[in-house]
Amino acid sequence: MATTQYLFAGFGGQGILFSGKFLAYKGLTEDKQVSWLPSYGPEMRGGTASCSVIVSDTPVGSPIVSKPDVLVAMNLPSLDKYEDSVKAGGVIFVDSSLIERKVNRTDVTVHYIPATKLASDNQMPTLANMIIVGKILKELGGYSEESVNAALKKVISAKRADMLEINLKAMQIGANN
Amino acid sequence: MADKVLMKGNEAIAEAAIIAGCRHYFGYPITPQTEIAAYMAKRMPKIGGCFLQAESEIAAINMVYGVASTGLRVMTSSSSPGISLKGEGLSYLAGADLPSLIVNVQRGGPGLGGIQPSQSDYFQATKAGGHGDFRMLVLAPASVQEMADLTVKGFELADKYRMTSMILADGTMGQMMEPVALDYDVKPMPEKPWATTGTKMEREHNIVNSLFLQPDALEKSNLERYDRYSYIEENEVMYEEYMMDDAEICIAAFGIASRVAKNAIVEARKQGIKVGMIRPITLWPFPTKVFEKAAEKAHTFISVELSMGQMLEDVKLATKCKGEYVLCNRVGGMIPSPEEVLAAIEKANGGAK
Repeated sequence: MATTQYLFAGFGGQGILFSGKFLAYKGLTEDKQVSWLPSYGPEMRGGTASCSVIVSDTPVGSPIVSKPDVLVAMNLPSLDKYEDSVKAGGVIFVDSSLIERKVNRTDVTVHYIPATKLASDNQMPTLANMIIVGKILKELGGYSEESVNAALKKVISAKRADMLEINLKAMQIGANN
Repeated sequence: MADKVLMKGNEAIAEAAIIAGCRHYFGYPITPQTEIAAYMAKRMPKIGGCFLQAESEIAAINMVYGVASTGLRVMTSSSSPGISLKGEGLSYLAGADLPSLIVNVQRGGPGLGGIQPSQSDYFQATKAGGHGDFRMLVLAPASVQEMADLTVKGFELADKYRMTSMILADGTMGQMMEPVALDYDVKPMPEKPWATTGTKMEREHNIVNSLFLQPDALEKSNLERYDRYSYIEENEVMYEEYMMDDAEICIAAFGIASRVAKNAIVEARKQGIKVGMIRPITLWPFPTKVFEKAAEKAHTFISVELSMGQMLEDVKLATKCKGEYVLCNRVGGMIPSPEEVLAAIEKANGGAK
């Protein structure tokens, strides 16, 4: 009876909502119960954008994630705001190219990945989010080319099919770093 | 069976309306329901439908009145302040016995309020949508699937009873994505011999109107309407009972509040607390008898709401004030946490163990 609650947070424009959507779709293709809830409103423009994703073997109750098992922080304000909310024993993924400080908590597992730098080094400056997703799947299990492909095809519209390959590549970079 | 797709609640409402045969949408943008209008703007032109962004909410509801008069399925959507503007039109729709679907994705109030989720339009939806004696069928979805299901159902009920169905959702329901299967066997629309579709010189004129200057005629129309309402109260109540079999503490909650409450009930049950929930799906007609029956076993009713206790009044009425009553609420766009609900349950059970 596993339930994983994810909180993705960063600046508007970093693909926070998209990466959450990808994980929700991945859950859906694996017959899990899922929910995805974005922050909406003025905070999206310039401040922190976030989204709550729940992937579960049982029906999802509240879709609001206030105590995440997994936090993805893609900017400093997000880490400052949500670090303390992570469950003890949880996991935090930090984009270390944008966040200089270390995580203070000692009761969580932390993965630092310079996602934004890796993205620009690999000529995919908008895909730092998917590099982190690759890292998440690698660290937490669930990374297989097949499942990732299936979910990508759901989340990327047919019109943008040319984006499939580069998203896949971004996740591979994340998984190997 | 259709494949499940991830959709926002707002989009699910729009697509379900189209599946139900709605080809006329009139609206005016307001957060957090604008995705409905955006979806309609995209889809309607492709299927020969009409999307029109009106100059105001008032214009939109009167366009609904116009299309409803012709017997076609029609809808508008808005959020709290916009629904207040539509109040006059809701009353006219009722006075003219016109079927329509109105969506309210609620936000915090009063006034312009905020844009975060709320349930504080409960009174307005269930008791006072506008002036005069009238009711609306009020449907309260608690998942994206229900956003779609109740939209289809809402159109069917509206046609069946010649009245307005209102979907009473909130910002969370509108914005969240969940898997949804849009798989409907939509019933054919009933005959509408009253519709103003042109006489073709073959019948008397149909007149759609809410003006009755003779008081006895107006009284008669009111009484007839209330006969219909009585029938609906007997036959159209929808609700979900969750772990109610042995419940000594009964939570009342709808929409997003019921989702939060479910988490708290699961935790409380682990402590052995006998707690369950009645989730009204129709807020009008209210599941009065279900609550009345629950009061035979339950000593305490906890109403979990995103309002100052608007539904709690109906719970007290239904249970004839026999029990203890607790309001567990947040307002203004805030949502109670499962921990807050759990604390209320523990307190009702005689304190934390």
